[in-house]
Amino acid sequence: MEPVIHFAPYTGWVYPNETVFEWSVLIALYPYLTGLVAGAFTVSSLYQVFGFERLKPVAHLALLTSLCFMVFVPLPLLLHLGHPERAFNSTLTPHWTSAMAMFGYFASFYVALLIVEAWFAYRPFIVQQAQQRTDLLGRFYRLLTLGSNDLSEHAMGYDRKWIFALAVTGIPAAHGLHGYVGFMYGSLKSREWWASDLMPVIFLFSAIISGVALLVVLYVASCKLRKIPIDAACVKGLAYTIWAFIMIAIVMEALAFANLVYKGREGIEMILEYVTGPLLIPYFLLQFAIGMIAPLLWLSYMIWRGTTGKALIAGVTVCACLVLFSVFMMRWNVVIGGQEISKTGKGLLSYHMPFFGKEGALVTIILTLAPIAMLFGLTRLFPPWADDATHAHS
Amino acid sequence: MTKDSKPTLAARRAFLAKLGGAATGAAVGAAALGILPAASARTEAPSAGASFPTKDYDWTKHQWGFGVDANKCIGCLRCVEACKKENDVPGNAHQFRTWVERYVYLEGEDHVRIDSHQDPVNIAASGSEKEYRFANRYKDAKVDKGFFVPKLCNQCTHPACVQVCPVGATYRTKDGVVLVDPTYCIGCRYCVQACPYGARLFNEEKGVADKCTWCYHRITKGLQPACVEVCPVGARVFGDQKDKESPISLFIRNNRVQVLRPESGNAPNVFYVGIDKEVN
Repeated sequence: MEPVIHFAPYTGWVYPNETVFEWSVLIALYPYLTGLVAGAFTVSSLYQVFGFERLKPVAHLALLTSLCFMVFVPLPLLLHLGHPERAFNSTLTPHWTSAMAMFGYFASFYVALLIVEAWFAYRPFIVQQAQQRTDLLGRFYRLLTLGSNDLSEHAMGYDRKWIFALAVTGIPAAHGLHGYVGFMYGSLKSREWWASDLMPVIFLFSAIISGVALLVVLYVASCKLRKIPIDAACVKGLAYTIWAFIMIAIVMEALAFANLVYKGREGIEMILEYVTGPLLIPYFLLQFAIGMIAPLLWLSYMIWRGTTGKALIAGVTVCACLVLFSVFMMRWNVVIGGQEISKTGKGLLSYHMPFFGKEGALVTIILTLAPIAMLFGLTRLFPPWADDATHAHS
Repeated sequence: MTKDSKPTLAARRAFLAKLGGAATGAAVGAAALGILPAASARTEAPSAGASFPTKDYDWTKHQWGFGVDANKCIGCLRCVEACKKENDVPGNAHQFRTWVERYVYLEGEDHVRIDSHQDPVNIAASGSEKEYRFANRYKDAKVDKGFFVPKLCNQCTHPACVQVCPVGATYRTKDGVVLVDPTYCIGCRYCVQACPYGARLFNEEKGVADKCTWCYHRITKGLQPACVEVCPVGARVFGDQKDKESPISLFIRNNRVQVLRPESGNAPNVFYVGIDKEVN
């Protein structure tokens, strides 16, 4: 029989209990998914609240993306829990001093907000479908109208006010949710690698760039699948957004690292041995050089040269893929990296991710792709395409 | 009943709406006034009546404390084996409620060599993951200085593990011990991450966090923790700090004691004698 517990090999001196890795790749996936939610919502808000007209083609796609990923956010946590059936205890009898206790409330509130905002945004489409269709799907749409079939200008104006208010509320909600995820790590004093005051900010900005990058990929892929021309202005708008936020993300993360090294508190020798050894490739090469610096330089070049057309779209899409990869590496380097540096400050451990099993690579891949599958289905029921003769509020 | 005095349908609706509003308001008010926190704060629950292991035990009359005299420890590891048996700790060489560390300075080296029973060489020396030995790996080396340090949960006054538990399944008792309620723990392992001493483990079979309780089931019956009971050299000292003549009170009074990682702010309650700068 396969042993239940997988012990991690180590060098130097580590506490015996540390040789069991308690937070697996699923705990790295969890902040990755919440980050994508927050980032996608940012795009939706840039259009709904700040009036970035060029982002109109992805505004509703952003909202649906946010909703689909948010639905799957609790899954990695539930799969990880020793007693998932007790998960609601944290919401029913929360222990207020715990950073984790707030998750149920934040997540529930945010899911509700996303559903209500999506309902308002899709109300004209839902009403239209409810009135036109006579099949089973028609009944579904009729149910979704909640008895409100009024599409008069007065009613539309009322809807727009709600969408605006919900989008405004959603900005602190989405970013609060993700900043708080960063706080969960940053507030722990047991690990020098995590205990940074900048952690929530780093999580937040990396979240934004990951969500925007995801939308680039989804938008370009959806246009290819639907065989319609890609709106280069929209892609460029998203590229600007990534470009602006990636600079802040790089600076914040570099500052946090500089602080750690410069302060040079107990255990810094081991941290330096770690980042220049096992973490050299995942951290400096994959996360920073390839995932952040390369897209920043490439985007800068395209903006400077005024690249347009296919070159722009291809360039931005590749950059977006690199950013998505980089942000996953960032989550990995924080969650797994933090545990690979022993609390003793005198040893290093190494995590080996199993492929199968409840907390293996396969489940992680499935959980990452599941929201996209859901999104695929949802776009059939609620087309987010601005070019369609639609439906959704403009 | 006259027609005028008969409440109209609208008035009834208004009344019901007010009633509903008042009920909601009362619920919110009650929650704000402390009913909700009282339901959620589980820090004192185990003292209540029959749920407590010893009915006539009054936890307000004790303040337990633990001392370790590293000068006396011989690294026999009886304490570790006793703890495993007494507390049904997973039978492997990687998870412990208490463990012993060996510190060795070799002649001509400027760094300390530290190991414990999870070290593969020590597991090989024992020949079993359920029995623990320190391999005699330095018998041919010239040792400048060497000593053993028993470790266990520090039952901190400000425990980081209790702070981070999302459901309050882990709590500090009034007599100074941090416990886990295995029937309420959700198994998120945030507490394991938060403990700076590596004192917590996760019991995979039970799906809950686990830790040293100073053998709470024993000390509340007037017994010693199992590790203290079996220590052949008296390196582990236990007692009630409210009793000025107890072993722990005398240990603290008669020695210059120190605690591990005081800078953490956790205010640990295991007091050490005979450790040096490399021990944390």
